[in-house]
Amino acid sequence: MPSLSLLEQSLITGVLTGGLYGLLALGLSMSWGLLRLVNLGHFAIALLGAYITWWLGTAYGVAPWLAGAIIVVAFFIYGVALHWVFMRFAVTEMASMLITFALAVIVESTLQFIWTADFRRYETPWGSESWIVGSLYVPKLNLMAFLVACLLAGGTWAWLRYTYVGRALRACAEDAPIAIAYGINHRRLSFILSGLCAAYAGVAGVFIALVATLAPSQIWSWVGVVFAVVIIGRLGNPVGALAGGILIGVCEALTMAVINPSWAALVSFSVLIALLLFKPRWV
Amino acid sequence: MSVKASPGMGAALLAVVALAAVPATNIPPYYLAFLYLIFFWIAMATSWNILSGYAGYWSFGHAAFFGTGVYTSATLATKFGVPFLLTLPVAACVAALLGSAIGFVVFRLQRLRGELFALITISMTFVVATIISNTPIDGGSGVYLISVPLPEAFGSQNGTIYLLGLFMATLTIGTAWWVFRSKMGLGLFAIHDDEDVAEVKGVPTFRYKIAAFALSSGIAGAAGGVYSIYVSYVTVGETFEVTVIMYPVVMSIFGGSRHWLGPAFGAVIVTTALYGFAAGPQASLVRGGVALGLIVVVLLLPDGVMPSLQRWWRILLPGLAPRQVLPELLVPTPRATGAVLAQIAPPLLQCRDVTKTFGGVRALKGITLDVRPGEILGLVGPNGSGKSTLINVITGHFQLNAGSVTFDGTSIEGMPAHRVARLGIARSYQIPRPFNRLTVLGNVALAASFGGGVGEAEAERLASYWLTYTGLAKKAFDYPVQLNLHERKFLELARGLAARPRILLLDEVLSGLNNTEIDEALGLMRDIRDRGTTIIFVEHLMRAVVALSDRVAVLNNGALIAVGTPEETMRNPEVVSVYLGKAHAS
Repeated sequence: MPSLSLLEQSLITGVLTGGLYGLLALGLSMSWGLLRLVNLGHFAIALLGAYITWWLGTAYGVAPWLAGAIIVVAFFIYGVALHWVFMRFAVTEMASMLITFALAVIVESTLQFIWTADFRRYETPWGSESWIVGSLYVPKLNLMAFLVACLLAGGTWAWLRYTYVGRALRACAEDAPIAIAYGINHRRLSFILSGLCAAYAGVAGVFIALVATLAPSQIWSWVGVVFAVVIIGRLGNPVGALAGGILIGVCEALTMAVINPSWAALVSFSVLIALLLFKPRWV
Repeated sequence: MSVKASPGMGAALLAVVALAAVPATNIPPYYLAFLYLIFFWIAMATSWNILSGYAGYWSFGHAAFFGTGVYTSATLATKFGVPFLLTLPVAACVAALLGSAIGFVVFRLQRLRGELFALITISMTFVVATIISNTPIDGGSGVYLISVPLPEAFGSQNGTIYLLGLFMATLTIGTAWWVFRSKMGLGLFAIHDDEDVAEVKGVPTFRYKIAAFALSSGIAGAAGGVYSIYVSYVTVGETFEVTVIMYPVVMSIFGGSRHWLGPAFGAVIVTTALYGFAAGPQASLVRGGVALGLIVVVLLLPDGVMPSLQRWWRILLPGLAPRQVLPELLVPTPRATGAVLAQIAPPLLQCRDVTKTFGGVRALKGITLDVRPGEILGLVGPNGSGKSTLINVITGHFQLNAGSVTFDGTSIEGMPAHRVARLGIARSYQIPRPFNRLTVLGNVALAASFGGGVGEAEAERLASYWLTYTGLAKKAFDYPVQLNLHERKFLELARGLAARPRILLLDEVLSGLNNTEIDEALGLMRDIRDRGTTIIFVEHLMRAVVALSDRVAVLNNGALIAVGTPEETMRNPEVVSVYLGKAHAS
């Protein structure tokens, strides 16, 4: 049995990693829940954002926050463009998966072609800074990612709940024809949301670059984890996405500490299968 | 469907024999390997299509089953010394078992089945890869099959591998063809169009999906087994590659996933186009290129090239085009006429305290209602009173929360909808929900075949009869989108009748029709009853309710407030107050 402080440390690591999962799940949960589009390419563009952050930082010395600003704007435009294609061709929920899967493969291939399949690590001065609380380490960048995730999840939740635009979006997800009949401009709203989801992926990407080691094939290792988070947190629920992320993050960290790090990849899949088996009405 | 010798089958047999003889010639091993790869991808794409193309459940997990097969064969042959050919059926079984287990979890869900299926299968690929690389099955170093003995065909192991590939491709195409032509194929296509309706029309959707998935994954497993000896050194990284997930999808959709031969055609084209690029520094670019191709095909050519090929084929060889002639009508034998029975026989359908809640909303608050054989029961009530919910409970689409439903002495609550349909309960939908990619004839034949439980030829002849009966015979070979509302309503009616139901539930069959059409429909409904079918019909149009009903049941707020003859119920003060407000009730 591992020592108590190791368990406590892995709990902290788990919660912080969970914040990152939540950040990744946020955009996905929104686009699936409110736009009825399942975006398998979400991870791919998050990783693209991470590579761009790393590349701008190491090759041109661009600070991560500046890189982040550029990425958020660029990805917002990408999200709008992607949605335009989906609207133009009346893409169904199922076809959206095929298309975004292909997009993920394209991004992976491009990353591999430009930067090879080697691991990349963005070395920053703050990368190794931690606060020390008792015998526990709280890495500052991970904590920041976690706080940003909380901020975005909470902000999105409030936006959906309290603003006209948010309520209109939820009405459209519930029953689009009726919402449109009541004068809601469904098209414009869905463009904004799609852009926003992509921008969230960009934010996640910046933090991935700062805290993780990059390789193109990571896209696929995230798919299972983050979709499990989205389903556990319930579609279209930003706070749920964050909570689900923390749950999975903690489960994974404990598995690493207690059993074996290599089995952590199975945790989210097992949780998801158990959920579907025993609580099929959850989804 | 019986298999008859046809020129097409003769030609196919000849082609297989000719291909089997290829290694006997002095063909360089290079070409043999190329042909093997084509066979391999034919087997992969065609097997993927059996579930994903026919039923529309897109699997991103074909690599998982393929990889399971690869490692089953590799492990058995190297660590346990099992003769290699014997490992192949085992590989198929292990992969099929894995597929069935996943199907069992996902196919039971009521919502988002398709999306969750895709996501579960995509994560499964990486889960299986993780398990294999972290256990002694692989251990991270790969498995060598160089020294595995393999019987030699035409004097070399390459010949054997080639023949195994050919065997797998032939077997897979044969299976896909067989499923396509069978009742199961029809059921899978119906699932693709509208799964809930398919279930209510009598298609055992859960069983069919599991069966199709087991076939699909089992074949991928066997193909993986053969592939392991072809590459002779297997690693987790190359086995569970994203291209193995993507290529079968691209090939099937490009070729045409609604046709049994589409994926094979796509496999030949794509494999040939890519051969030579597969390795080396361009590998990642090729992969990206194929992905781009997938997007273009999904957006611009969702049905693939097969439909166009079939069109050209028919222009070139007009004699082979299917003739669009209605099959000879089969007149169903009428049941004992019902009207007389109505007064004496025990109730055909008994609802006792039927309660259904959705979350906190009580849609049905304990309905107790008997339906007598041979009667026409009008079910009326304001919008939201629970009429459609009651229909959905009786047909088994909704499970009730409390109470019981008994049909001719058999308790049917909790029974899957397709079994309820087989017992003789059929329905029509208020907003027509035809299977959009089946012809009008196919729609009705499906109901006859699954709901009525007759063979396929008989089902088509019965369907012809009911199409003639409802005046749709001229539209038999059209697709439902080509029909107007009136015709679509009658298609609903024909689908209900073709199942030879003992009770037919009609949900607002008259709404949206003009007066002439309504009179026509009322005539039909009387005639249907006179042939021995009991009818429950939901209707807002009071003229029709009074003209047609033997009895009327009135629902309000999920409760039954009156039952009786039309005259009685229409005079009931509570009914009057529901319809006209309190002021008129006294």
